[in-house]
Amino acid sequence: MNLIVLDYTDLLIAAGLIVALALLSLLMRLRVERQLLIAAGRTTVQLLLVGLVLRALFAHVTLAWVSLMALVMLLVAGYEVMARQKRPFKGAWGYALGTGAMFVSSFATTVFALLVIIGNDPWYYPQYAIPLLGMMLGNTMTGVALSLDRLTDFAWQQQAVIETRLALGQEWRVAMRDSIRESVRIGLIPIINAMAAAGVVSLPGMMTGQILSGTPPMEAVKYQILIMFMITAGTGFAILLATWLGGRRLFDDRQRLRLDRLK
Amino acid sequence: MLTIEGLRVQNVTLDLEIRPGEIVCLAGPSGSGKSLLLRAVADLIPHQGRVLLNGEDCAGMPAHIWRRRVSLLPAESRWWADLVGEHFPQPVSEEMAALGFGPEVMQWQVARCSTGERQRLAILRLLAQAPSALLLDEPTASLDHESIGRVEEMIDRYRRLHRAPVLWVSHDPDQMRRVADRRLEINGGRVEEVRR
Repeated sequence: MNLIVLDYTDLLIAAGLIVALALLSLLMRLRVERQLLIAAGRTTVQLLLVGLVLRALFAHVTLAWVSLMALVMLLVAGYEVMARQKRPFKGAWGYALGTGAMFVSSFATTVFALLVIIGNDPWYYPQYAIPLLGMMLGNTMTGVALSLDRLTDFAWQQQAVIETRLALGQEWRVAMRDSIRESVRIGLIPIINAMAAAGVVSLPGMMTGQILSGTPPMEAVKYQILIMFMITAGTGFAILLATWLGGRRLFDDRQRLRLDRLK
Repeated sequence: MLTIEGLRVQNVTLDLEIRPGEIVCLAGPSGSGKSLLLRAVADLIPHQGRVLLNGEDCAGMPAHIWRRRVSLLPAESRWWADLVGEHFPQPVSEEMAALGFGPEVMQWQVARCSTGERQRLAILRLLAQAPSALLLDEPTASLDHESIGRVEEMIDRYRRLHRAPVLWVSHDPDQMRRVADRRLEINGGRVEEVRR
């Protein structure tokens, strides 16, 4: 089966559905039409731009350009992680913690998959590297943001309990064990749900995309399983790293709970 | 011996030496920094000054070891596990009986204990660690008359047996008269000894 190429008229027809929805919102005075149209506009512009960038990237396959693209993706994801927290760390830590954890984990997992599992030549070939990294970062971002948000909020709410445990001579790791465990669990919920529901409740996006573009279903399924495992491992490692570093940062060298380090 | 040299939090500075087995009571209006001073002695908040236990500097030992030796009882008891027994590193049957609990208390759910029961259990939990010095922040504020007597007796016995210096924050002048060897009061940033 060959790929059926969409032309811009097809997209306009789909856009007509959004306009219809906006009109309904206007008629029913739901006041979401503005947000809806802006979001639809953003998605169009952002995706067209990334399409152009990817086209340029595919035409000039160098490690430097692929790395630059990856860096931009990482920095945006790092900002999102910070912005989604109720009480992020003050100063550079607020940004660096999530970004650093995602960098170590997402990049390591993606490079590992590209080198060891996919084995393309060159290994950084953007057709594989950029979508893989994008899916890794997208999921890791959600996991790390949820975990860090939970961790810092927990420390804030449970200050008296944590200090009681410290006062009884517990080390910070022991005093924070419940909070760290809970934060890791919360961060992993979305990806565990996605794995549990895959194929039964939902067909994952990447697999759907591959099937639409003519890939035989079993090949698409294999890729999807690979991606799921990578995302889970990458998200898990990033969460472990971020919660451990974040937990450590909540205490000073005398193991005092330092909520003044949070915004 | 608990030695406190130039300990400063907020605007209060404390210089104090508590001899082995001595109880020093600390009073002062709300917000005057009594609890903060106790927390600083336990090294739970950043502070200026030095604290030494039998000549050993707090800054020279790992923080959690210091807090095991110089243990703070916060004003309100806090619990992190479901069962009372999960908070106790080792059984303390003798002391439990002295505060009116049987051995079955270890199976109790914390959530079903009254405030007073929790406070008495918190004192047991603290003493179960065999600290060398005690920092008590209004340990009997939520207790009835009978329990207050029992707790006072128990702490008195503990400090004699272990020759533990005790720094005791209290609001109750009668209690201070009963338990204190010396009394201090915070007045506008200054800590003064109260003469009887």
